[in-house]
Amino acid sequence: MNAPFDRPLGAAPHLEPGVHVGRPLPRPNAKRLVAGRGNYVTDMKRPRMLHAAFVRSPFAHARIVRIDVEAARAAPGVALVATGEDLAKLCTPWVGTLDHFKGMKSEPQLPLPLERVTWSGQAVVAVVAESRAAAEDACELVEIEYEDLPVLADLDTALAPDAPRLVEGFADNLCFRSALESGAVDDLFASAAHVVEADLAFGRHTGVTLEPRAIIADYDASEHALTVHHGTQTPFQFQDLYSRHYGIPEARVRVAAPDVGGSFGVKLHVYHEDMAVIGLSMLAGRPVKYVVDRLEAFVSDIHARDHRVKAKAAVGADGRILAMAVEDETAIGAFSTYPRTSAVEGNQVIRLIGAPYRLEAYRADLKVVFQNKTQTSQYRAVGHPIACAVTEHLMEKAAAATGLDPFEVRARNLISDDAYPCQSLTGFKFEQLSHEACLAKLKTLMDYDRLRAEQAELCARGIHRGIGIAAFVEITNPTPAFYGIGGARISAQDGAVIKITPSGEVRCLISVTEQGQGTEAIIGQIVADYLGVSRDIVRVITGDTEVTPHGGATWACRGAGIGGETALQAAKKLKANVLNVAAAILQAQPGDLDLVDAEVVDKAGGTVRLSLAEVARIAYFRSDTLPPGTDAQLTVAHHYAPSGYPFAFTNGIHGCHVEVDAEIGLVKILKHFVVEDCGRIINPLLVEEQVRGGVVQGLGAAFFEECRYDEAGQLVNGSLADYLVPMSCEMPDIVIAHMETPTRDTELGAKGCGEAGTAASSAAALNAVNDALAPLGAELTQIPMTPARILKALGAY
Amino acid sequence: MKARAFAYARPSSLAEAHAAFAGADGDASFISGGQSLVPALAMRLQAPQVLIDLSAIPEMRGVRLDGETLRIGALTRHAETLTEPLIRAHAPLLAAAAPFVAHPAIRNRGTVGGSVALADPASEFPAMMLAMGAEMEISGVDGMRRVAADDFFQDLYQTAIEPGEILVALHVPAAGPRHVCAFDEMARRRGDYAMVGGGILAERDGAVIVNPRIALFSVGPTPVRARNAEAEIAGKALDADTIAAAQRALDADIDPLDDAEIPAAMRRHLARVLLGRLLRKLETCS
Ligand SMILES: Cc1cc2nc3c(=O)[nH]c(=O)nc-3n(C[C@H](O)[C@H](O)[C@H](O)COP(=O)(O)OP(=O)(O)OC[C@H]3O[C@@H](n4cnc5c(N)ncnc54)[C@H](O)[C@@H]3O)c2cc1C
Repeated sequence: MNAPFDRPLGAAPHLEPGVHVGRPLPRPNAKRLVAGRGNYVTDMKRPRMLHAAFVRSPFAHARIVRIDVEAARAAPGVALVATGEDLAKLCTPWVGTLDHFKGMKSEPQLPLPLERVTWSGQAVVAVVAESRAAAEDACELVEIEYEDLPVLADLDTALAPDAPRLVEGFADNLCFRSALESGAVDDLFASAAHVVEADLAFGRHTGVTLEPRAIIADYDASEHALTVHHGTQTPFQFQDLYSRHYGIPEARVRVAAPDVGGSFGVKLHVYHEDMAVIGLSMLAGRPVKYVVDRLEAFVSDIHARDHRVKAKAAVGADGRILAMAVEDETAIGAFSTYPRTSAVEGNQVIRLIGAPYRLEAYRADLKVVFQNKTQTSQYRAVGHPIACAVTEHLMEKAAAATGLDPFEVRARNLISDDAYPCQSLTGFKFEQLSHEACLAKLKTLMDYDRLRAEQAELCARGIHRGIGIAAFVEITNPTPAFYGIGGARISAQDGAVIKITPSGEVRCLISVTEQGQGTEAIIGQIVADYLGVSRDIVRVITGDTEVTPHGGATWACRGAGIGGETALQAAKKLKANVLNVAAAILQAQPGDLDLVDAEVVDKAGGTVRLSLAEVARIAYFRSDTLPPGTDAQLTVAHHYAPSGYPFAFTNGIHGCHVEVDAEIGLVKILKHFVVEDCGRIINPLLVEEQVRGGVVQGLGAAFFEECRYDEAGQLVNGSLADYLVPMSCEMPDIVIAHMETPTRDTELGAKGCGEAGTAASSAAALNAVNDALAPLGAELTQIPMTPARILKALGAY
Repeated sequence: MKARAFAYARPSSLAEAHAAFAGADGDASFISGGQSLVPALAMRLQAPQVLIDLSAIPEMRGVRLDGETLRIGALTRHAETLTEPLIRAHAPLLAAAAPFVAHPAIRNRGTVGGSVALADPASEFPAMMLAMGAEMEISGVDGMRRVAADDFFQDLYQTAIEPGEILVALHVPAAGPRHVCAFDEMARRRGDYAMVGGGILAERDGAVIVNPRIALFSVGPTPVRARNAEAEIAGKALDADTIAAAQRALDADIDPLDDAEIPAAMRRHLARVLLGRLLRKLETCS
C-alpha cells in the first residue's frame, strides 16, 4: 500500500530544513517495537496481581431484578465479586456534559449499574480472581434476573413523539440539539438556478486498535496512593478523574501509559470497566488487571459516526454554491461519554459542512439522539468524514446540474488562496489555507485528463471506472476553546522538561504521548535542532504523570503543533542556559557563541571551543571552577498553550480511482491520491504514514466497517469475523503530495496531520463509485458501500 | 476470553483415540489444526472435558497415489495443498481452491480433514470434495467405512461422521489429461469466507463437456451439487446459450439463507454470475 518514498529530502522550498526537522527520519522506537521489546499494559505483570472479568448484560434495556453472586464468590481462585452497590460506595458518579453545549443532558453513570442496564454488553458484575480464566469461570456462576424495558435501537423509534424515554424524567430522547443559521438561506434557495438535494447515511463504526484497552490499578492503602498502568492517550486526564472520583489526592495518583498499541481516539474516554478496576483494587488491596478482549471491545469501546443527513444546496447557473441547508441526526449510546461527551462529532459535522467553500448562507440543525447501544464519542477525524462527504456529494450534484467538470466546479467555489484571513459562516477562523494550490496539484498528481480519457475508453468495453475528489479542512491545535471553556479539566497546554545529563546527553520529558504515530520521534528532532545536538543523544520520555509535566497529551491533532512548540521553546531556553555556562567558562559573551552538534562554537567562523559534555562535566562536578554567581541551570521546564487562532486549520484534497465490478458489486480501489497541507512538516516520512493510515481508515468506513444492530439492540456483527476492517490486499497505493503553509501562531509553524487521511477519503471514494455507476444509472448515498448496497442500487436483485 | 479447563490426550493410534473418546463418556472433542475449534473453546461455545489431539496418528498423515485414487490424509495442512506435487497433479481443483482458504498463518495449521469434518457451508474444501467426487474414510470403534461425498454433507455442520468417529483420509479420483476444472469465489476481502464460491470438474471430449460436477458453497446449509446446471451442460459445447441455460437452471439447485448482510436473492444473483464465470474459464487443469 505504500508508494515508494520518492520525495527529495527536506521540506518545501520556502522553509529551510534543519539538520533534523524536515527530514524523513525513522522512528527511534520502531526498532525496539519490532524487536519485541515493547512494554504494553496487556503484557505487564505486577507482583500479587489479580485479574478482573465482567458479567455483561445480554439485554439492551432492562431492569435488574436480582443478582446472586454467592456461587461465584465461592468459586476456586476468586478474590472478590463486586456489584454496582459495592463500587458506588467508593466512586462518585459522572455526567458527560459540557457547559458550552447548552441544554445538553445525560444520565449520571457509575462503574457498574444499580438498577438498570442500558445497552447490550454493559458490565453488570465484576469478578476478581487469581487468573483471568478463573474469573471467567466464576462469571458463569453469577445469576442475574432481568425485566425487559422498551429498547431504542434506531433513530426513528427514538425520535417518535410518543417514544418511550430512555431516561425517566427526560422530556425527549435528545442528548443535545443545536441549530445554526447565517445569511439569507431561504432567499437564496428560492432564487437559485438549481437546487440539489441528498439524503445520506453513514454507518456506525468503531476504532479496532491492535492492542485492546488495558489497565492495571494498584491501590496502596498504606499511602492512600494509586498507581495505574493504563493503555491511554491521556494520562493526566485520567490522573485527574481517578483522583476526583475516588477521593485520592491528585499528587498520590500516578497514571503511566507505557507502549500503547494504537488509540485513534478510543483510549481517552472513561469506560465503566476501567473505573471499576480502580475500585476493585481498593477493595482487594492488590493490583487488579483488566484487558478487554476483542468481543468485549466491540460492545464497550466507543463507537462513532452513525449519522443520517438530509442536505441541499442552492446552486447558481455558473456552478457557484450559494447556500447549504442540512439536518443531521446522529445516533449515540444510552448516555453521553465522559468527559468529552457524545455531541462533539455532530457539532463538528454541522460546523465543517461547506468549510472549504465560499458560501453566502448556511443553515444546520443537529439532533444527537440516545439509543440503547454502546456509547459513542471522538474517533479519528471526529465529524470530518461526514461533513466532507455531505459537502462533496452536493458538489458532484452541482457539477452534474451545471454540466461542469468536478475540478472546475470546485475551482469556482473554493476559498481563494489570497482571501485569508477569513471566517466561515459557522464561525471558524482561517489563518491561511491553500485550497486552490492543492486542487491544481491534485490534478497533475492524478494525471486527471488521462484517467478521464481511459475511463471513457474502458466504459465502452463494459469496464466501469470512476474518479472522485473531495476537499477538506481539518481542525488541529485546539485551544481551551475546545473543552476548557466547557468546564472539562482537559488541558490545552503541554509541558516539557529538558535536561543535559552529566555526560552531555539530553533527556526530554514531555506531556504529549506516543501510541505508534511517532510523537517521540518528532519531539526528538525538534529538540535536537533547536538545542543544537544530534538526535542520537536526545532521549524522549512520555506517558507518565510521575515523570513529565502536566499536559493535554495526544488527541485532536495536537502532538506536533502544540507539543512540538513546547519542545522548541524549552530547547531554546536550555540552549541559552548552556551558552551562559559556556561563556562563563570561556570568558566569552553568550551572544558570540552557538551550540552545533553538541559543540560550543564561535558564532562567527564556527571554531569549536568546548564540547557540551565538558560544559556538563564542569557544571555537575566542578562547579567550584565556575566564576562565583554563575547560574548553571542545565534543566529547564517550559509550558506552552496556543493562544492565537482558536484552532489551526489545515486543508487538503483527496482523489480516489476505483473500478466497480457491476455484476457482483465489488469495488477495486485502484489508487488513492492526497495533497495535504499540515503547515511545517517536521518529518515527511511520519506525515505520509499518518496520512496513509488515515486514508485506510477512511476507506474502511467507505467499504467495510459498520456496527450493525438488530431491532432488539443487539450488535449482530461484533467480532473480527463479521465486522470487516480494511486489509492490505484490498488497499491501493496511496500517493501523497504536500503543500506547506506554516501557522504564524508558533515559531515551529506545524499544524496537525493525523486526521487528514481519514477526513476526506470516504467522501472521495463515494464520489468515485458514483462516478463509475453513473453510466448505469445507479447512485449510492450510504456508506459503507457494501456489495449488497451496490447491487441493490443497480437493481441486480 | 479464556477456554474452560479441559484435559488433553494425544493418542498415537486410532484405537487409542476411540478409547479416549469412550473414556470421556463422549464429552470430548477431536482437535486437528484447531483453527476452528480453539476459537470456539475460547468463546466458550464449546467446553469439552477432554481434547483429543489427532496429530500423532500415522494413518491420518501423508498424501499418496493408490492406483487411480489419491489418498489425502486428514491431517494434511491447508498449506500443503498449495505445494504438494501429487495434489497439484491429481487433485488440481483442491490446489486451485487452496489460496482462497483463509490466510497463510491459518493455512499453516488448518487441516483438510478438519475443514471437511467441520463442513462449514462457506468452506472451500468440502465443496471441492463434492466436485471431485471424493470418498471419505471414516474410522469408528467397529472399524473403517467409506462414505461418498454426495452422501456425506447432510445439514448445517452435520455430516455422516457419527459422534466419536474420526475422518482419517479423503480418497479423490485422480484427474487425468481429459479433465478440465475451474475454481472461483466472490469474497469481500481476500481470505474471507466467500459470499458465494464454487468449483467445476469435468471431462472434455473435443468441444463437448462430459461428466460435469459443479459444486457451490455459501449458497445454503451445506455445500451443494448443482445437478440441474450440470444437466444443461453435459454432452454440450460451452457456447453462450448453454451457459445461459445452465445459469437459469441453477436457481433450482440452491436454497441460499437470507441474512441482513447478504440477502438470499443477492446470493442467487451472485451464484448465477459465478457459474457463468466458471464455465467461461474451464480449462485443462492437470
Ligand atoms: C481467521 C480465519 C479465517 C478462516 N477462513 C477460512 C476460509 O476462508 N475458508 C475455509 O474453508 N476455512 C477458513 N477458516 C477455517 C480453517 O480453514 C479451519 O482450519 C478449518 O475449517 C478446520 O480445520 P482444523 O484442522 O483447524 O480443524 P479443528 O479446528 O481442529 O477442528 C474443527 C472441527 O472438526 C472436528 N475435527 C477435526 N478433525 C477431525 C477429524 N479428522 N475427524 C473428525 N472430526 C474432526 C473437530 O472436533 C472440530 O469440531 C478460517 C479460520 C480462521 C481462524
